[in-house]
Amino acid sequence: MSDLIGLALVLLGLTFFVAGSIGVLRLPDLHSRLHALTKADNLGLGLLCTGLALIDGGVLNAVKLFLVWLLVLAASAAAAHMIAQQAMRQERK
Amino acid sequence: MMATQLWQITDLLLALLALGLGWAAVSSRDLKRSVVFFIAFGLLLAIIWARLRAPDLALAEAAIGAGLSGALLLSALRDEGETAGVDDIQRGPIAALLSLLSIGLAAALAWVLVYTLGIADPVRMADEIAAQISNSGVTNPVTAVLLNFRAYDTLLELAVLLAAVLGILALGPARPAYRAAGPLLDGLIRWLVPLLVLTAGYLLWAGAHAPGGAFQAGAMLAAAAVMLRLGGHPGAGLPGPPLQRLLLTAGIAAFALVGIALMAAGHALLQYPAGWSGVLILLIETAATLAIATTLAMAYIGGRPVGWGPEAPTTKTVHNEERN
Repeated sequence: MSDLIGLALVLLGLTFFVAGSIGVLRLPDLHSRLHALTKADNLGLGLLCTGLALIDGGVLNAVKLFLVWLLVLAASAAAAHMIAQQAMRQERK
Repeated sequence: MMATQLWQITDLLLALLALGLGWAAVSSRDLKRSVVFFIAFGLLLAIIWARLRAPDLALAEAAIGAGLSGALLLSALRDEGETAGVDDIQRGPIAALLSLLSIGLAAALAWVLVYTLGIADPVRMADEIAAQISNSGVTNPVTAVLLNFRAYDTLLELAVLLAAVLGILALGPARPAYRAAGPLLDGLIRWLVPLLVLTAGYLLWAGAHAPGGAFQAGAMLAAAAVMLRLGGHPGAGLPGPPLQRLLLTAGIAAFALVGIALMAAGHALLQYPAGWSGVLILLIETAATLAIATTLAMAYIGGRPVGWGPEAPTTKTVHNEERN
């Protein structure tokens, strides 16, 4: 049962990555592209990690996956912020 | 059956992606794009190594090939981006010569691969190593080769790194520092640097029985140094020059001292006495980790750090430098 829920979560997470990738390619400007990208990083990876943890079933690996997600959350939020800040600085010039 | 086919498709995709990214990295007209493609290529290579069940190589490729080389290339672009002409690099006799040499090397490697795959009854190194692993003092075969069976090669590799640092020191004073990071990046650095140091310590210790070791651990420490420098610490968290000299030579020094001590005790150079291998390997790897980390950090600083000798004529840092 938890295998099936895990698989569903993984697939749901993957759709976020696909949507994010399409967004990066198709959206018109940098800020909306960043928006698409961070959705994949944040929610997509969160769903992926939760799904994988359910499929694996072990507590230790679940904690590791959670930490991976947390690390990527912090890094992607900071990176997106810095890219947006830099873009705004260049627009103002 | 289904799963095998899925893996085959994945492998084929990985191989095609590697070729595509490699081509994009060398053929792009824009150097910045080339660098980004090169970093992506390095990450893909790491995945391919992991798929080939070579986690040690995957770790090293991700940390050094993609991470640190990428950081080095980006910082080189920051300094020389406008002066470097991509057309001069991609055309001309030197480019033709390099292409010919690359094609020759690729052909030779392909021939070796086909030839060795065709040998009927090969002597596999992996089997030889597996047979001797219990004498090596460690259980990770990669570490056993690097620090015991072929320790001499690793000693020479560290000598190459030291020679590279001498070249970097001869380049002149360090490049201008980055301006201080904003609160968000600063906060992230405060989180990540201790985590990187912890990970480096883990990789160093784990190298004895699992993927890891001095090169991966050193790369993690160097990544912490890169983060610190990007965050506005000009010295990248390195200690003062006297200690820097000590750290740079630590790897070779540990190797040489262990080797000489063993010879004095009546053994061959780097022939560890029974029961001592594990301790000696850990000792050398710890020193090598520090030396590799300092070397890579020095490469990122890109010249003599403050305190090493003649400073730049204008010591003020470049202000309002745009960060990538």
